[in-house]
Amino acid sequence: MMSQSSFSRRELIKRGAIGAAGLTVLGRALPAAQDEHVRDVHDPMMAGTVGRVADDGFDPMAFLEHFDGGTVSRLPNGQTLREYEIVAVDREIEVAPGVFYPAWTYDGHVPGPTIRATEGDRVRVRFVNGGSHPHTIHFHGIHAANMDGVFEPVGPGESFVYEFDAKPMGLHLYHCHAIPLKKHIAKGLYGTFIVDPKTPRPPAREMVMVLNGFDTNFDGENEIYAVNTVAFAYQHEPIRVVKNELQRIYMVNATEFDPINSMHLHGNFFQVYRTGTSLTPHEFTDTLMMCQGERHILEFSFEELGRFMFHAHQSEFAELGWMGVFDVVEPTT
Amino acid sequence: MTERRAILGWGLLPLALLALVAVVVARADLVDFLRRGAPPVEELTFDRVVLEPNRITVDVVNGGPDPVTVAQVLVDDAFWTFTIEPDATIPRLGKARIDIPYPWVQDEMHEVVLLSSTGLTFAHEIPVATATPKPDAEFFGIFALIGLYVGVIPVAIGLLWYPMLRRLERRWIDFALALTIGLLVFLGFDTLDEALESAASLAGAFQGVLLVVLGAFGALLGLQMLSGAKLATDGPPSRMAVSVLVAVGIGLHNLGEGLAIGAAYSLGEAALGAFLIIGFMLHNTTEGLGIVAPIAKDKPTIRSLVGLGLLAGAPTILGAWMGGMAYSPIFATLFLSLGAGAIAQVVLVLWKVLGQGAGGPVLNPLNAGGVLAGMLVMYGTGLLVA
Repeated sequence: MMSQSSFSRRELIKRGAIGAAGLTVLGRALPAAQDEHVRDVHDPMMAGTVGRVADDGFDPMAFLEHFDGGTVSRLPNGQTLREYEIVAVDREIEVAPGVFYPAWTYDGHVPGPTIRATEGDRVRVRFVNGGSHPHTIHFHGIHAANMDGVFEPVGPGESFVYEFDAKPMGLHLYHCHAIPLKKHIAKGLYGTFIVDPKTPRPPAREMVMVLNGFDTNFDGENEIYAVNTVAFAYQHEPIRVVKNELQRIYMVNATEFDPINSMHLHGNFFQVYRTGTSLTPHEFTDTLMMCQGERHILEFSFEELGRFMFHAHQSEFAELGWMGVFDVVEPTT
Repeated sequence: MTERRAILGWGLLPLALLALVAVVVARADLVDFLRRGAPPVEELTFDRVVLEPNRITVDVVNGGPDPVTVAQVLVDDAFWTFTIEPDATIPRLGKARIDIPYPWVQDEMHEVVLLSSTGLTFAHEIPVATATPKPDAEFFGIFALIGLYVGVIPVAIGLLWYPMLRRLERRWIDFALALTIGLLVFLGFDTLDEALESAASLAGAFQGVLLVVLGAFGALLGLQMLSGAKLATDGPPSRMAVSVLVAVGIGLHNLGEGLAIGAAYSLGEAALGAFLIIGFMLHNTTEGLGIVAPIAKDKPTIRSLVGLGLLAGAPTILGAWMGGMAYSPIFATLFLSLGAGAIAQVVLVLWKVLGQGAGGPVLNPLNAGGVLAGMLVMYGTGLLVA
């Protein structure tokens, strides 16, 4: 087939001649799109990546339900102290099967560890920069100015201790605030920070989902979108959900370059607790729009068995990796 | 004998040293040292894209210095299932065929993007999707008809100027020859332009522009060698031989034209229009005039006239077949540059013929006007159809 080049005047002449050459008499030699592959080619599973990522230290399924409460002790004043150590590491990560991205990470994986405390706890995070560029950790929350991780860049090999009370209750995030800001976030320096209410939320199966994307060719646009980094991870390996069991998703939008991302759930509706700052739901919906940095707690349970998709309702994001499946099963007795 | 041995020895010594140095470079980690820290350079070029119902097949060439691994394939901004043969990792100058079962849409634009293991993207746009013709009887029929209308018929009509030409005075025959030179110069540049355009789409390693230079000079010098025996013997060059050369040159040009036509048709971009056809006929009919001008004073047989016409016109059909069957741009570039070189050689020969007849300067006012007129005719008929 002729290459993508534009057509010259002379080619235009030729095309005119072609039309003249009696093609209209003979008609087009195109068969209708009818053959046995039609159904195969429209199989929903045809869309997606080919192959599986190697398990080299990051398992999206394990990450989904892993929450880090830190090392817990009690301060003299009776306050609970949660201590963490987070190390920034440059690391190549596999964002789709066979596709490697030179990431900047907290603790060697993207997203960073999901940090979880209860409102009023003392949080102490020792941050060690093992990377090649200055980094910080900027926590969302209410805290002192010098604990904000903006004006105190931590150089390579240096460390810094962030300390503050966990407040307000809700679903927050943390990310690097070193400049250039967009670069440091897009490279993978972000994670989830959950502040539980003093009176716990009702028991539920809990999951953390960080919506993210990767600009693998550095053109300022994402080539890959995902929940928890690996494109189509939860489509290739559906998330098992027990029928009628309450599901709670901590959903954080850490996508760069695109102003908004979204969440759509199939065959069901969910309660939305915006920023997780209230115990009464704000909305009952099946499609939720989220700006950069927005995060919400979603609650739902499935009444029906079978496979249900969930994905960004921007179809483009969905087909570029932000797609997953819940597999609803009967409770095992 | 010793002298011969000395020649051989001194001739081989630099080659032996070169081989030694090459081994040293390859064995010692010199290259690794020089490249330390530099990321791999990846370059994939789309060579061929074939559309069948619910299937897109692309051939890619690695024209860069490093192997490239195709990790994922996107069609229209969606990751898609694919298979790749023989291997996902394509060595330098290696080729791979990627098969994508995709429900593409007739007449719409599609984009295929290959995502390499390092995250680089290589994109190819299919401007207007339509099934690539299959080489069946209908295909050959359609494209033969295209070639007939575009190449053979206009040239044959042009040949019909022969009876008029033979009745003209000598100086007007020279004018016709000069006109032919003008036509050919125009066609030569046009072919060269298309060759360079095609060269731009080649992988870097194939050195597109230099391939054009090689092809053009190859045709020019090759034809010079082949025709030398006939043309350089004492006395005037055989007029029939000159006509044959003109026909060959125009034939190669028309082969390139056929390629582009076939490709344009398989892209589904054939436009309709009656006045376009007329303009195109005018444009190519002058080629026939150029072929018969050198033999105006001879008495060629009908058979040889038909032969000349086919030599010049029939390659259009061949080109259309090749172009329609999704040819490789590297061959297109080569054919087009061969055409440019062949035409240059014909111009040289015609110049010589013109000089022998004139007795005075080759470019007397009438002849100069003829060359210019030839170019103006080509440009003018081109404008007519633009």
